[in-house]
Amino acid sequence: MNYIDDYRDRELVCGLAGRIGELAAGRSEPMTFMEVCGTHTMAIYQYGLRSLLPANVRLISGPGCPVCVTPNGYVDRAVAYCRQPDTIVATFGDMVRVPGSSSSLMEERARGGDVRIVYSPLDAVALAEKNPGKRVVFLGVGFETTAPTIAGSILAAAGKGLRNYFVLTAHKTIPLPMEVLSADPELSIDGYICPAHVSAIIGADAYRPLAEGQGVPCVITGFEPVDMMQGVEMLVRQVVEGRSAVEVQYRRVVKWEGNRKAREVLAQVFTPCDAEWRGIGMIPGSGLAINETYAHFDAEKALPVVVEEPREHQGCRCGDILRGKVSPFDCPLFDAACTPESPVGACMVSSEGTCAAAYKYGR
Amino acid sequence: MCLGVPMQVVSIDGADIVAEIDGVKREASLMILDDEVQVGDFVIVHAGFAISKLDEAEARETLAIMREVFKLEDMA
Repeated sequence: MNYIDDYRDRELVCGLAGRIGELAAGRSEPMTFMEVCGTHTMAIYQYGLRSLLPANVRLISGPGCPVCVTPNGYVDRAVAYCRQPDTIVATFGDMVRVPGSSSSLMEERARGGDVRIVYSPLDAVALAEKNPGKRVVFLGVGFETTAPTIAGSILAAAGKGLRNYFVLTAHKTIPLPMEVLSADPELSIDGYICPAHVSAIIGADAYRPLAEGQGVPCVITGFEPVDMMQGVEMLVRQVVEGRSAVEVQYRRVVKWEGNRKAREVLAQVFTPCDAEWRGIGMIPGSGLAINETYAHFDAEKALPVVVEEPREHQGCRCGDILRGKVSPFDCPLFDAACTPESPVGACMVSSEGTCAAAYKYGR
Repeated sequence: MCLGVPMQVVSIDGADIVAEIDGVKREASLMILDDEVQVGDFVIVHAGFAISKLDEAEARETLAIMREVFKLEDMA
């Protein structure tokens, strides 16, 4: 048993689909559930899960792709670092092709910029160690799952006494935008498919204000098709029974209290800050900034650079797509001016972007 | 981005492990993991860090309950 294949069991998926159909049949109003995790977005398209659901159960994608919600100005700053002498820009693969206002990391690499794709932030620390004459700027993008790994890399660099490792951070935390979106009457979200691995860190308890305060059902769901269908079944059941609670479908990984150690490491290095979300705007307290103690690792503070004035791309509807207001098929650029080969917006380029998923797997 | 893969621990060296899935081996750090792990355990690995230990009993139970329910419904 590898804990993947068994959760792709066709019979269980079909059984759950039948159960969802029976439950939803007792209710005439539509039910809208939002997922806020890019890996869920991909799974829904990849396994065609929408086609298994009754007409009155609708799944919409929210701001679950960290690369996609990162404003252009961040990419522009990373591009500016690529143009600095003796500077290595290290990043997860997802960021490389994301278009900034006038360039991308891939274009900068083609022009001679030193851009390295790493699997782990610790690989970026190793790069700094091997290249003492250069500055290594790591692009710290991601939600609560990734932020502790970046914090860990900063602690590792501090432990080694490195002075040439820097992080350009755009970390964000997910519960606050969920609260903002569920208060939007135009969306009328009936429940959340809560992120799996973010929740492994923050714990199921983190969604209590949403479920118990705002009355929005929350189910933390794993990534395999059986997980996702069971998660939807649990959400439909809550709505039909008129309940609103936090429930954990992904019990094999997520605990109510989450991962305390990871949160301690996070708190050692980061402090909450206001953050700009593409499509949603500024949400106070929804970002993570490097604190004063580790400020010399903060690229923004330690490495001043001139950055071009950011601008958004004409006609691109990434912002509306990230709020769940429109689907990729409603964007005039989708599969025309904007394709994975030549992306206009971040949602098309990230492997977890809603447009990339829609393009790859279709309706 | 938050993709994490369940991998089986094959060796432990201080705060570092080697974990494996389908013959692919990866090093991972235990720096941010709460739980004690032993060789043979499954952990979720994300960006070179073990972020959670997989509870195998829970994993089996989730499936067993579902299988049992659908079997009963088929017979009804």
